[in-house]
Amino acid sequence: MKVSIGKKILATNEEHAAANRHLLSEKKKLCLNMISSPGSGKTTILTRTINDLKGQIKIGVIEGDIRTDLDAQRIKATGAPAIQINTDGACHLSAIQINTALAKLSLDSLDLIFIENVGNLVCPSAFELGENAKIAVLSVAEGDDKPAKYPALFAKSNVLLINKIDLLETSHIDFDIERAKADARRLNRDIKIFPISAITGQGFLLWCDWLAESVRNFRI
Amino acid sequence: MHEITIAQGLLEAILTEAAKQNAKPVAAKISCGAFDAVNDEALSFAFEAVSKGTTCEGLKLEIVHKPMQGQCKNCNNTFIIDQTSIKCPKCGSEDFELLSASSLLLEEIEFQTETKK
Repeated sequence: MKVSIGKKILATNEEHAAANRHLLSEKKKLCLNMISSPGSGKTTILTRTINDLKGQIKIGVIEGDIRTDLDAQRIKATGAPAIQINTDGACHLSAIQINTALAKLSLDSLDLIFIENVGNLVCPSAFELGENAKIAVLSVAEGDDKPAKYPALFAKSNVLLINKIDLLETSHIDFDIERAKADARRLNRDIKIFPISAITGQGFLLWCDWLAESVRNFRI
Repeated sequence: MHEITIAQGLLEAILTEAAKQNAKPVAAKISCGAFDAVNDEALSFAFEAVSKGTTCEGLKLEIVHKPMQGQCKNCNNTFIIDQTSIKCPKCGSEDFELLSASSLLLEEIEFQTETKK
């Protein structure tokens, strides 16, 4: 006997994501889910962003890692609140973990919540967390072919940060920014792309302006 | 290896339906999109692992991959996306909207039919 079902397999995660979305929109807090390979510079981007926007935008961070609270410590050193989630081997964050972390953040005192997902270019993009937008990060050391090889993340993201561009001037890295941009835009014409260096601060003016404007628009 | 999470969600959904039907599920068909990043072997292996000891143990899993689709913004035509050259096959426009490519669905379950004595 065959029975037709038509049920979403990740329905439980989507219910939790919807609850997070509801809470965040009720409190009018912008939430961005940052996804990349390990080592692309997510935490360094965040610490610099927090410092550059000090006095302007209050940022809280939810850190996802398989082990350790090293990243949360780096965020806390800037004075911003951070909640560390350890997934103990899982390759992505789930919406229920964000649910618990949001309850630990003093949301009322924040403007913007960043989720730094577990370093992985594949799995995290398949799990909605209740965020307003995904931010993909690609560092030039990883190669310009990654948007073509891992299309899901780049197609689902609103913003692409191409990080470590300072290396293009100082190292022998063969990375064609135009190729990476074109491949990222193949499935996602509207993706905003900011080439940056979290070490030198190149490109941060534009990136931080975009963030400030997004927070402003979101509040209205 | 997010297939283990998918396998757990799938097991939960099948068990819920099995309880409703009061029958043993023997096969299930699921569908997924290009962005679900589902690897058949990994998902089958994960499902085998999570279903051990449940009424779903030994269940035959059929995984259907749905092609990525776009809708042309010029002529509204819906078409299957060929990632090597993305344009509307009808009018040639390159302006399109990507239709949802994440659609992990449990489509169908086959239950054992009781043999009457």
